[in-house]
Amino acid sequence: MSEQMTGAQSLVKALEHAGVDTVFGIPGGCILPAYDPLLDSEQIRHILVRHEQGAGHAAQGYAQATGRVGVCMATSGPGATNLVTPLADANMDSVPIVAITGQVSSAAIGTDAFQEADIRGITMPICKHSYLVTNPDDIPRVIAEAFHLSLTGRPGPVLVDIAKDALQATTTFEYPTEVSLPGYHPTTRPHGKQVREAARLIAQAERPVLYVGGGVIKAHASAELKVLAELTQIPVVTTLMARGAFPDSHPLHLGMPGMHGTVAAVGALQRSDLIVSLGARFDDRVTGKLDSFAPGAKIVHADIDPAEISKNRVADVPIVGDCREVIADLVVALQDEPADAVDHAPWTAHMKGVAARYPLGFEEPADGGLAPQHVIRRLGEIAGPEAIYVAGVGQHQMWAAHFVTYERPGSWINSGGLGTMGYAVPAAMGAKVGDPSRTVWAIDGDGCFQMTNQELATCALEGIPIKVAVINNSSLGMVRQWQTLFYEGRYSNTDLHTAGQTRHIPDFVKLADAYGCVGLRCEKYEDLDSVIEQAMAIDDAPVVIDFVVERDAMVWPMVAAGMSNDDIKIARDMAPTWDEDDLENDPSQLAETTEGVLS
Amino acid sequence: MSQHTLSVLVEDVPGALARVSSLFMRRGFNIDSLAVGPTEVPLVSRMTIVVSVEGLPLEQVTKQLNKLINVLKIVELDSGSAVERELLLVKVRADAQTRGQVLETVQLFRAKVVDVATDAITIEATGDAGKLAAMMRVLEPFGIREIAQSGRVAIGRGARSISDRTLRPVPAATSHAG
Repeated sequence: MSEQMTGAQSLVKALEHAGVDTVFGIPGGCILPAYDPLLDSEQIRHILVRHEQGAGHAAQGYAQATGRVGVCMATSGPGATNLVTPLADANMDSVPIVAITGQVSSAAIGTDAFQEADIRGITMPICKHSYLVTNPDDIPRVIAEAFHLSLTGRPGPVLVDIAKDALQATTTFEYPTEVSLPGYHPTTRPHGKQVREAARLIAQAERPVLYVGGGVIKAHASAELKVLAELTQIPVVTTLMARGAFPDSHPLHLGMPGMHGTVAAVGALQRSDLIVSLGARFDDRVTGKLDSFAPGAKIVHADIDPAEISKNRVADVPIVGDCREVIADLVVALQDEPADAVDHAPWTAHMKGVAARYPLGFEEPADGGLAPQHVIRRLGEIAGPEAIYVAGVGQHQMWAAHFVTYERPGSWINSGGLGTMGYAVPAAMGAKVGDPSRTVWAIDGDGCFQMTNQELATCALEGIPIKVAVINNSSLGMVRQWQTLFYEGRYSNTDLHTAGQTRHIPDFVKLADAYGCVGLRCEKYEDLDSVIEQAMAIDDAPVVIDFVVERDAMVWPMVAAGMSNDDIKIARDMAPTWDEDDLENDPSQLAETTEGVLS
Repeated sequence: MSQHTLSVLVEDVPGALARVSSLFMRRGFNIDSLAVGPTEVPLVSRMTIVVSVEGLPLEQVTKQLNKLINVLKIVELDSGSAVERELLLVKVRADAQTRGQVLETVQLFRAKVVDVATDAITIEATGDAGKLAAMMRVLEPFGIREIAQSGRVAIGRGARSISDRTLRPVPAATSHAG
């Protein structure tokens, strides 16, 4: 006969069976029963955060650094509603997290009881799935299902809301050996016929591009991708969610596409005759104005989520499957293609020429101030490709995506789809807990940092020595950039007064000190390397560096919102020039042309 | 815009209807009608959903519905190979003078009188949307006092059943390693 225990004990035991070693959370009235047996768990470390949003983003950071499910826990009502943003974020970026929330006792549900919120109802559109548990006997099954759903297929957030009386009641524990979800059968094996058709199109294409999205990282398919790219010699672009999926140093890599993509990545997609989309979703930030996106391209679209295929752009060859299997099968299918297939070399050489002609760049400020891009590039050079870089959202995020060289999957973590300001500090905390051997840098903005920096207290007390680079331009920089470009420089509510001539509120160095972290400041080029190296040398405390940078720096290239990608600008009112004629009219001239460009 | 009838088999669990209706709202799909009832399989409900969409969005509707964990199966039924019915209860003004004409209409449309009062008749009619609309046009001049109409239900013609399915359990996560 099974052992008798409380629902709370059953919950902790189920989490242990699911392999959980870390939970980020905050206790409160309705989840309180669960916190008692948690104290006795030898397997699970609970990390007490300072705000539930921090718990949710930490679970995301943990999940992305480890490839395992991140877990966060909160009480009912406000505790649960504070998880809404991380759940929405995880849903957009397909991050596997399980959120466990306490709920008021089942008899009180629906009565507007103290700290009652219908969190399952609230989060229904932003969770992969959700449960409300009122019967303690259901706890092990629900936990097993939640972890299975979260990690398999297209990963995502699963919410488990448990009524307080279910946690307190007596039950028996039996962890299921199988989960039975009759409505859930994600397709991982791609259809052979579709893969062969894709291989045929690749072999025939003159201007193909591999459009790589976050699915390649989720599927651990980087090695397979490298084989495919090198076999076919097709240029590769990696989206914001896929930075690191393909080495930045690889000669076939054209960088990131999209609104702030490189000229070569954006241009390659626009001019391609075949886009092979691998775990990407034709997001509006990549396509720009949809009906003018890559007008001449056929589309091979591989994704584990069939609903992504032909959602925004109709696919000529849809492939439902796990990216790793899709790419591996594609490599095999390409062997069967005739040896006289179209030579992609002129196209690839042309695009590499464009990449060489329009590298990422920036201007050093005339007044001798620090260029934010320069700071981020140096940081990446000193910390190296083995570190993990976690960004917030805004200008610093785009610069971090561009100016750090990513060589391996998992080295870049950010909030892509939802664009959650404040993501960096808690997500970096979660990443460091998940992978403590790596240096973890949060590259944050002064606006973002003020949204979630309370988790520095958690980091200091729990021994989580993350490093935070605040790229402090004393403003909501991306919004300010849009005001510069589209609102005639009318800076409505974007000045944060965190640097500059007058008062600095708050003083980030003092703030770091107050939180038990090491606070450093850098305002001059001559200090840049030494300050970064000083931070790198500290491994027993979190470090915050206040990089006071030039305010007017802008993120380039840029495609204005709602415009065609053909209207990409490399600086204000500056468009790149395209040597289209070289490519389209006389391919034999091309080698010569690009040679000239490259030399 | 074209109308499509979807038969959706869902697990009979709390929240399933909310998930489906919330999905339609969030994705901006229009529901013309929705009817829910039990099936011959225990713990499986059937929703008949009528949606107005263009060709490609319909594919999005079914794909997004399929992503809901509680949705087991979706079949589009086209009116040529399915029987589609709606139920209408209508209260019509009818006094001694007009009652005869109203009753004639009832007969004509093979409807039924389910309640009579001195100045009104309540009629029950089933049929496809076209038939019910036609009957309403004829009844309208007498004075419609109240109507209650169900969503459409539909079933495919022939011997096959859409609820044939296999339940495939998968091993539970014992470790959440990826």
